[in-house]
Amino acid sequence: MSALRKSSPLAVTGKYLALGFYIAFALFPLYWLVKIAITPDKLIFTEGTALFPSEFTFENFQTVLIATDFLSYFKNSVIVSVGTAAITTAIAAAAGYAFSRFAFRGKRVIIALMLITQMFPLLMIIAPIYKIVAAVGLLNSLTSLIIVYTAFNIPFATFLMQSFFDGIPKDLEEAGMIDGCTRFEALRKIILPLTLPGLGATLGFVFTAAWSELLFALMLINSNDTMTFPVGLLTFVSKFSVDWGQMMAAGVLALVPSCLFFIFIQRYLVQGLTSGAVKG
Amino acid sequence: MTMIDTVEPGKKSRARPSFYFRYMVEPYLYLTPAIVLIALVMLVPLVIGISYAFQAVNLLRPFQSGWVGLANFEALWSDRKFWLALTNTFWWTLGSIFFQFFLGLGLAMLLNTQFHGKRIVQALVFLPWAVPTFLSALTWAWLFNPTIGPLPHWLAALGILSEPFNILGDKNLAMWGPVTANVWFGIPFFAITLLAALQSIPGELYEAAEIDGATAWQSFTKITLPFLAPMIAITVMLRTIWIANFADLIFVMTGGGPANSTQILSTYIFTTAFRKLDFGYASAIAVALLGLLLIYAAILLVLRRKLVKI
Repeated sequence: MSALRKSSPLAVTGKYLALGFYIAFALFPLYWLVKIAITPDKLIFTEGTALFPSEFTFENFQTVLIATDFLSYFKNSVIVSVGTAAITTAIAAAAGYAFSRFAFRGKRVIIALMLITQMFPLLMIIAPIYKIVAAVGLLNSLTSLIIVYTAFNIPFATFLMQSFFDGIPKDLEEAGMIDGCTRFEALRKIILPLTLPGLGATLGFVFTAAWSELLFALMLINSNDTMTFPVGLLTFVSKFSVDWGQMMAAGVLALVPSCLFFIFIQRYLVQGLTSGAVKG
Repeated sequence: MTMIDTVEPGKKSRARPSFYFRYMVEPYLYLTPAIVLIALVMLVPLVIGISYAFQAVNLLRPFQSGWVGLANFEALWSDRKFWLALTNTFWWTLGSIFFQFFLGLGLAMLLNTQFHGKRIVQALVFLPWAVPTFLSALTWAWLFNPTIGPLPHWLAALGILSEPFNILGDKNLAMWGPVTANVWFGIPFFAITLLAALQSIPGELYEAAEIDGATAWQSFTKITLPFLAPMIAITVMLRTIWIANFADLIFVMTGGGPANSTQILSTYIFTTAFRKLDFGYASAIAVALLGLLLIYAAILLVLRRKLVKI
């Protein structure tokens, strides 16, 4: 469509200016985070608001990694996020496969229940969850976080996996089953290798969601040993609210894993949603 | 062809068990883990949470628990903070969704054209979505801090602020802080969904319109908008509900302050549960919020049906 339209130089300039605005708006806060993190402590107050630091240092990162508990928070967050992502993806792949391949009794009810879980305020269940987790003695444990996050992410991950399975022709596993495989063997040997991108995207989504969850972690964890990164960073901020360089260095460290995953999954985003939109 | 797969040799009635197996048992083998987890961790607590709204459940006063009927809601009705939070929720949601939607639509239309380096640009402008929420909140809080952030100085230089101070500490301006952070974080969502919808519009329509001499504005209002309308309706509705429930940004940036000027219902729920450990009252606020959101969704669905009929 755009090739057809006569584009005046003014319109082209306007387009690139607008794109420039969006890029600047998206990146500036992140640039600032990195900038303060690499500014030496002695310059923070004199040059705190200058666009570029006149010297830079990695001292803040060193201090954060060695002298504080951030490595432990980081490790806890990795355990929780990887655990949640792996378990959720396995469970959601099975459920998504069932939605994609079977017509069965109760399907509509289950889909409706899953949609309901996406509509109500999650904060509504923060009090009951706290009491249940306390009752079974799992407060301050990473296991409770993994279980809770897994359940939260299953509905969306299931719909995502279903759309990936829908994109694979049914004939493939039917052919396998005619050749003597059971359905599960056909699923494992024929279908799963084809859904690897879908599994990767789901893993990425769930990992990022678990990595950034704050409120439930704040409620369920209060011992320093089991704090995840968001909780740890927040307590750090309220305790040492003057150490800007270190806080921002910690922030940059928290940013790295989710950005890595994002680069990996972003090309599936529009693709996956486009096929969803076509299906209606 | 339908029965071949699950027929086991040596069975007398070949069709029935396999039919039963395929329609009643096999799907549930795949679904059970998901159903069990969702039921135990979300649906059962949801029912318990609603029941808390009619009880006194305060961990700081463990001996005064029990059913209290509508007492929590009566307290809510005369709670000045609740009404303030309700008003703030309205402005927070409206402000966030307005800027997210229009900036997101603009970005989607830009990305739907051809230009050099599109892949990289797309990855860069979608990046805020990948930033963990607590980190977006902290980053923006720092940007608004005149000691280390440039924003107050820029705003003062532009004459918007009389002097560089932290707007997060100003009762009248504080809400703009979380709204800005939320817009930054939410533009990619609208851009991605609307871009997907834009890409599914057949290009021939624009060619035909151009041959008939339509202006760019005419093809936008007569082709693009009608095609996008269903997607816009559903995303705006889902997003409104999601933003109204979204407590993280405000909780981290201002904690609801100063003087409750940024307290919205969801942060009020969280602080009541987290700081006061008053689960009964927190659940009553949550039930009220849920009710309001249901009314909103119902109105929107009825409107949509009416509009589609015409």
